[in-house]
Amino acid sequence: MKRGLALYAVAAYAFLHVPLLVLAVFSFNSSRFTVWEGWSLNWYRAALHDGQLAEAAWNSILIAVASTVLSTIVGTLCAYGLWKRDAKWLSGSLYLSLVTPEIVMGISLLVFFQWMFRFLHVQLGMHTVILAHVAFSLSYVVIVVVARLRTFDASLEEAAMDLGATEWQAFRRVTLPVLAPGIAAAALLAFTTSFDDYVITSMVAGVDSETLPMVVYAMARRGANPVLNSISTTIVAALGALILFSERLRES
Amino acid sequence: MTRLRSLFLAPAGVIIGVLFVAPLAIMLVYSFLTRGAYGGVTADVTAENYQRVLDPLYAAILLRTFVMAGTATLGCLVLAFPLALFISRAGSKKNLYLQLVILPFWTSFLVRTYAWMFLLRDTGLINSALMAAGVIHQPLPLLYNDGAVFVGLVYGYLPFVVLPLYATLERLDKGLLEAAADLGARPWITTTRVVIPLCAPGFRAGALLVFIPCLGAYLTPDLLGGSKTVLVGNVIQNQFTTARDWPFGSAVSLLLMAFVMILLMLLIRRGGEKLI
Repeated sequence: MKRGLALYAVAAYAFLHVPLLVLAVFSFNSSRFTVWEGWSLNWYRAALHDGQLAEAAWNSILIAVASTVLSTIVGTLCAYGLWKRDAKWLSGSLYLSLVTPEIVMGISLLVFFQWMFRFLHVQLGMHTVILAHVAFSLSYVVIVVVARLRTFDASLEEAAMDLGATEWQAFRRVTLPVLAPGIAAAALLAFTTSFDDYVITSMVAGVDSETLPMVVYAMARRGANPVLNSISTTIVAALGALILFSERLRES
Repeated sequence: MTRLRSLFLAPAGVIIGVLFVAPLAIMLVYSFLTRGAYGGVTADVTAENYQRVLDPLYAAILLRTFVMAGTATLGCLVLAFPLALFISRAGSKKNLYLQLVILPFWTSFLVRTYAWMFLLRDTGLINSALMAAGVIHQPLPLLYNDGAVFVGLVYGYLPFVVLPLYATLERLDKGLLEAAADLGARPWITTTRVVIPLCAPGFRAGALLVFIPCLGAYLTPDLLGGSKTVLVGNVIQNQFTTARDWPFGSAVSLLLMAFVMILLMLLIRRGGEKLI
């Protein structure tokens, strides 16, 4: 039975990893067809010289940075507030937003923005995408930071306040430093989910705010294109490097 | 003290209130209105949109969605259990093996879905390899069908089941396994008669964690499914783009939300939210 399990595990890990690995290998293929002809960097060069792609990648980074900063600050404060005393309606709404299907969230935000635009003279664009991303990444941040707070000894904070610190000072000087690795992990999760999101983004994006996943989606739809293999591999490698970096950060 | 606490909660409350609750509330109102000529809504109140969901056409799509989500969940449970068992018995390498399950999950969902298009399409790797080897002469129709959607969903959500199953296996009382062995049960019998029943909480939590996102799946059926593999998520998207029937799209969305809420409450009651 032990050998059977080990064999099964090999197959299961192959199922999980081989699709991305073959994609990575074929991104270096010199042929434009799915037949191996030898190594080349053609498709990476083509991706690098694509102006639309560069602009979309830049938009994605801007949106991910802005929404990560916002959701990390707001989410950390919220997690701390919830840790002190429960607010059922708020934590309930946060959990619900976590499991709400992306398509429903995207559509409801589109309907909401359209409704707001009757009163405000603005249009869909970078700002609506950033707001939407804050809305869906907030719950991730809160959950990660709350998990970290569960391991935090509340008496440390009480001791600080007994010694004359105000509640804010105790939070700022005692609790926050202990939470830092958890907050970093939460920020990273917010960044990757924002950088990767297609469904919600495509609903609330305007003409000036095309993101990298929107380009990837359009290319995947259009049919076989080896440039997409190089873009995909780059995205996976970049996100992977980011994860490894955060693991280091947490260990130190 | 209390004042400061509400200050901590206020920004999140405003964001969730304005960008999550209010949009859903607007959709709730729209779902009882009538469609406008060029999209949008007119102010005639009606319950027709909800009645239309019961049309044979949409009832069939709803049923298909439940069947697809159910089979994908079952597939995940069956595939995940032996893997979780393997990891829980891996000794010092447990963490490495667990990381290997989570790692692909961290990378882009869109790219992972595209990877399957790359493998399955007519000019994709599997068909190209089989044709080059002379096994087939016409490409097999692997993409744009129910099977491809099933594979995409299982691939996407497998870690959601492995993690809670592994957590319950770790908490298992090892004494019970020894007792079964002492009483003469072979490893296979111990697994099926003792370990699997004791893992029931992990199976339940894992099933809900996969079933919920599968029910609202949009991207997977959109990219891997054909014109016949329409799920509820695609119907919703279609009502707001090509069909321009916002009230009906809103009604379908809220119905889907109702199912998701019921499942979420089940999950929380079972204590599964700690496993998210």
